[in-house]
This record gives sequence, structure tokens and C-alpha cells, in this order.
Amino acid sequence: MTGAEFVAISLPPMLIGTFAALACALPGNFLLLRRQALIGDAISHVVLPGIVVAFLVTGSVAAWPMMIGAGVAAIGSVALIEILRRIGRIEPGAAMGVVFTAMFAGGVLLLEQSDTSSVHLDVEHALYGNLESLVWLDAAGWGSLADPAALAALPPELPRVAIAFAFVLGFTALLWRALALATFDEGFARTLGLPAGALGVALVAVSAVAAVAAFDAVGSIIVIAMFICPPAAARMMTDRLGRQVLWSAGFAVASAILGYTLAGHGPLWLGFGHSVSAAGAIAAVSGLILALAAAFGPCRARAGSPPP
Amino acid sequence: MLFDALSLQLGYNATLVTVGAAMLGAAAGAIGAFLYLGKRSLVSDAISHATLPGVALAFMAMAAFGGDGRFLPGLLAGSAISAWIGLACVSLLTSRTRLTVDAAIGAVLSVFFGVGIMLLTVVQSTGTGRQAGLETFLLGSTAGMLWSEAVLIAAGGTAALALALLLRRPATLASFDPEYAAARGVNVRGAEFAVMGLALAITVIGLKVVGLILIVALLIIPAATARFWTNRIGPMFAIAGAAGGAAGYLGSAISATAPALPTGPVIVLAAFALFAVSLLLAPERGVVAALLRHRRYQARVHIRQGLLALAQGQPIYERLTMRLMRRAGLVRPDGVATDAGRAQAAKALIDERRWQILRANPDFEAAAARGDRLAPLESVLTPDQIAELDRALGPEAAR
Repeated sequence: MTGAEFVAISLPPMLIGTFAALACALPGNFLLLRRQALIGDAISHVVLPGIVVAFLVTGSVAAWPMMIGAGVAAIGSVALIEILRRIGRIEPGAAMGVVFTAMFAGGVLLLEQSDTSSVHLDVEHALYGNLESLVWLDAAGWGSLADPAALAALPPELPRVAIAFAFVLGFTALLWRALALATFDEGFARTLGLPAGALGVALVAVSAVAAVAAFDAVGSIIVIAMFICPPAAARMMTDRLGRQVLWSAGFAVASAILGYTLAGHGPLWLGFGHSVSAAGAIAAVSGLILALAAAFGPCRARAGSPPP
Repeated sequence: MLFDALSLQLGYNATLVTVGAAMLGAAAGAIGAFLYLGKRSLVSDAISHATLPGVALAFMAMAAFGGDGRFLPGLLAGSAISAWIGLACVSLLTSRTRLTVDAAIGAVLSVFFGVGIMLLTVVQSTGTGRQAGLETFLLGSTAGMLWSEAVLIAAGGTAALALALLLRRPATLASFDPEYAAARGVNVRGAEFAVMGLALAITVIGLKVVGLILIVALLIIPAATARFWTNRIGPMFAIAGAAGGAAGYLGSAISATAPALPTGPVIVLAAFALFAVSLLLAPERGVVAALLRHRRYQARVHIRQGLLALAQGQPIYERLTMRLMRRAGLVRPDGVATDAGRAQAAKALIDERRWQILRANPDFEAAAARGDRLAPLESVLTPDQIAELDRALGPEAAR
């Protein structure tokens, strides 16, 4: 593959995948430690009703209404889960299961009922996106990266996930100490005067932003996988939060790039004529990394249990 | 049309699917009750997503050996095997590493689903032209279902329901008190294994009808619905089964009336409707009951405060208090106490003093814990005890 082909066809999806993976993996670390790992799962399911309602309201498939709809649905679902837990006194896992399945079912039903045949809006797309199609046709080579005219034709998903990643990074960096405290010892954080409850809500909101931006580019599977797998693998590598976040970022980038490359070229090496879903491959690679970490990671055992 | 569907008059296949869905829903609700009580509801989410690689691999294997890739029993067997591997991964990750259950569930479901999607794209690209239909496993579809497939689903649902009934006793014991169950000679690990195995069986049977993304709803929502109505395991098991069965029956009947009503989502929404009704209307745990309870308590506090104000000759400014007192005939509209009001006010004042002494005296600790300060003292203490309190009260009570 020549440089020009790489820049036009492979670079944008790779970058989009990488940014999406990073944006999800960062808050994923905190969610994992707070035992809220499945929030990512719930959010990525309710994104579908969000975009369908946004489409029905605005009548367009423009990106911003969709993302706002998805974001509202995500925050709304988290609020609903909390309400069911408090008012209905339902066990948290079950409350989550009730909310996201019902909202997803509602989304599918709305989609089937409304006339969306004319636009590209379907369940499969919402599930596994279409990373491969996000190419940069105007690119002529590495030089295009400095060419404003060509840059303007970049797939719009790229700047969106990049902004989302920057936002998540800024949030994490700015509130690092407070988040760490509230995650490990909520009571102590409260005695210091930190608004632990508000921090928890903010973390979920930031996760929702990351999930919605990533979903827009790459579909739900990557969102769920990247929220959980890289942080979980990183958890096996170290006992320190800072290092865990760095490991998880490394794993996220590795999953995105390896997964995309394998999806595009792996089948050809094996003699198949077609590539496979990049989103699926990225999730699979992140699972492989997790499996390796679970088998060989230096800190894989639970604290207090005898060394394996 | 809807009546025809509900009374099973839309033809042989539709009837069979509806009955099968009802059986499946009942079995799922009953097994879901055990998952719920064991706080393992979301394990079923990992199971259901982990079926996808098995479906795709089974298709490829059957197609490679020259068979019909869409042969349903083969696909279901494949999905059961890969779901079993997924379940094993969850328990390995939680027992051998430091990961918590929720993280293990999330990791397994996303990775297996990702692998499944990857394999699905492989199936689609090999292009035998007959692969169409594997996507229906994502959301379920009863349209164009073969007679043999409908029979398989109805029979499977019935068998799962029968097994769930057989498992009721040991699973109840094992989920509430594993040590006691073991002492009684119940095979606890076996019972847990069987519950998980049945959850897996229900997931696999339900794949074609409800789809792998939503089948978990049948294992979760009816159980959560039943929990509103009862605190006992037997009734919960029965209510969950009934709610699941009703959802399956209603959902598949409604969806048979129009092409744009996909079966899986309609069944899930029917289950959710039952859940929402229970959330609102259930006695004790329901929202309406809780609101009423709150309002009654609020009224008691306001009236008590109003009576104390009357007894001490203070004016009442609180509007709600005034309104409640007027409605109870304790004060006249101009704020002056009626005879009944004066009598109750005096009683309230003495009771208040008695409560103070009661709280201060450790001899009455057990009695003090029985009622809040608003309870009439006669309901908490015997006349002798009240007399004893009054001795401490001295001349005030005698007055």
C-alpha cells in the first residue's frame, strides 16, 4: 500500500477508532473501579431510541440532532435506573436490565413503525457502525495533512471524536485527584468537602458524551468493549491508578490499530477475499489483550488471595 | 384482528408461535426469579450476547459440510456451546482474577458479540446467497418461520417450564441459604449449575423469537415485576412466571397483527408495561402506595404540631396544618379551637411530655422503639406503665 492510499483509506478510520477507544477507555477506568462497568453497556443500548426520536422530531439524519438525542436518552436512562433503584427498591443490575432492554425495544419498534427506508438508519448500523467507510477521498498523500483544502474534506466523524476525546481527557486531568478520592473512598472524599455525588453524576455524563461520540463513528460494540476491556486488562497490570490509566490507554490504542489492520488485511492473508467488520475485530483484539492480561498480568490476583 | 390473534385464530404457525412464546416467557420469568434473588440478573446478558459467535460458526460449519446452513437445531446447538464458553469465561474471570462480576460480564458480552459480528461479516462475504436470515437472530423474527421451527420453540419452551417447576425447591434453598441447603443434602453447586443451564436454554430457545439483544429482558423484567407484589419466594416464582407468560402471549399475538410490529420488541414492551403498572400500583412497594403512606404521615405530623400549638395557646400559621385541623373539626375557620380540639390538644400535650420521660428512661427502651412519637401512647404501653410514667410527670398529669 502506498503512502497516498494509506493516508486516504486507512489513516482516518484508524485515527477515528483510536480516538473513540481512548475516549471510552479513560472514563471506563473509573467506572470499573466504582463497579459501574455496565453503565457503558446500558448507555450504548439506549442510544438507538435516542437517535430514532431525534430523527422523528427533526426529520433529518444530521449529526448534531442525532447526538443530542442520543445524549439525552443516555442521561435519561441513567436517571431512570437510579429512580427505579430508589423508588422501586430494585436490585441495581436488574434495574439496569429493565431500563435498557425496554428502551432498546422501544427504539426498534419506533424504527420499524416510522418510514426510515429513505434514510440510512438501521439497527445493524447502530450496533456495529461502519468504520471502513470513513475514508478521506481528497487525500493525495502525506502532504495533504498540511493542505487546508484537503483537510476540509476529512470525514466529519474524525474531528467529532477528537473533540470528545479532548473533552474527556480534560475532564479526567482537571478532576484527577477528586475523582480518585471519590472512587476509592467516597466517605473520606465527603469529609474533605468534595461533592462525591455530583462527581459520580459528572462521570456518568462524561461517559455518555464519549459513548455518543464514539457510537456515531464506530457503533455500539466498540463502545461497550472499550469501556470495559482495556481498563480491565490494565487492572491486571498494576495496583496504581495512574499507571492503570496509562496501561488502559495503551491497550485501547493497540486494540484500535491492530483490530482495524487485522480486519482489513487478516482475511486476505488467510486467503479470504473480503475483509471483516472492523468494529468486531477491534472488540475481539481488546478481548484477546484482556485474556492475556488475565492469564499473565502481574497483578491479576485479588488482593488478599494466595498467589497463584 | 387483534381479537383473532389473542384467541389464536390467525393460522397454525402464528398460534404455535404464540403458545411457544407464552411457554418461553413463563419459563424465563420463573428462572429469572432465581437469577434476580441471586443478584445475577445481568449474567444472562453475557449469555445472550455470547450466542452470536456460535450461530455464525454453526452456520459456516453446516454450510461447509454441504448442509443447509439455516437448519435451526444446528444453529441453536452452536449458540448453546458458545454461550456456555462465555459463561465459563465469566466465572473464570471472577474466580481467578480480581475483576468484579459486572466487569467480567461486560467484557465477555462485548468481546463475544464483537467476534460474532466479525464472523457474521465473514458469512455474508462468502456469499452462498442463502445466508440471509442470520441477522434475524439479533432482534428475532417470527415472520416466515417454518412449521418445524415453531414446533421446536413451543416444545423447548414447555420443557424449560417443566424443568423450572422441578427445580423450584432446590433452587429456592440454594439461593437463600446455601449452607443450610448443603446441610440438608441439597447439591448447591448442582442447583446453581442447573439454574444457569436453564437460563442458557431459555436464551437459546428465545433467540429466534425475541433475538439475542432483547432475550435478557424476559429473564429480568418479569422477575422484577413479581418482586413488587410479594415478599415470599413461592408467590414470586408464580407471579414472575405468569407475568413472563402473559408478556410472551400478548406480545407475540399483537405482533402477529401487523408486519411492522417486530415480535421481540413487542414482547419486551408488553413485559415492561406489566412492570410499569406494578411499579405504580403494587401494595406496599408501589409508587402510589408509597405516596399515600407519605401523605398520611405528613398529615399526622401536621395535626400533632397544630394540637401542641393550640395547647400552648400559640397561633397556627402553617396553611396545611390549618386546613387539616379544620377538616378534622379541631378548629373553627377563624382559628379558635373547638371543644374536641381543646380536648385533643390537652391530650397531645400530656402525651408529648410522657414521650419525653419515656425516651429518657432506659427502662422503657423496648417500648420507645415500638412507636414513633406520633403514636397514641395507649398503643405502645399498658395502663400500668402509663400510670408509672405519670408518677414521674408529677402534678402536671394530675391537673
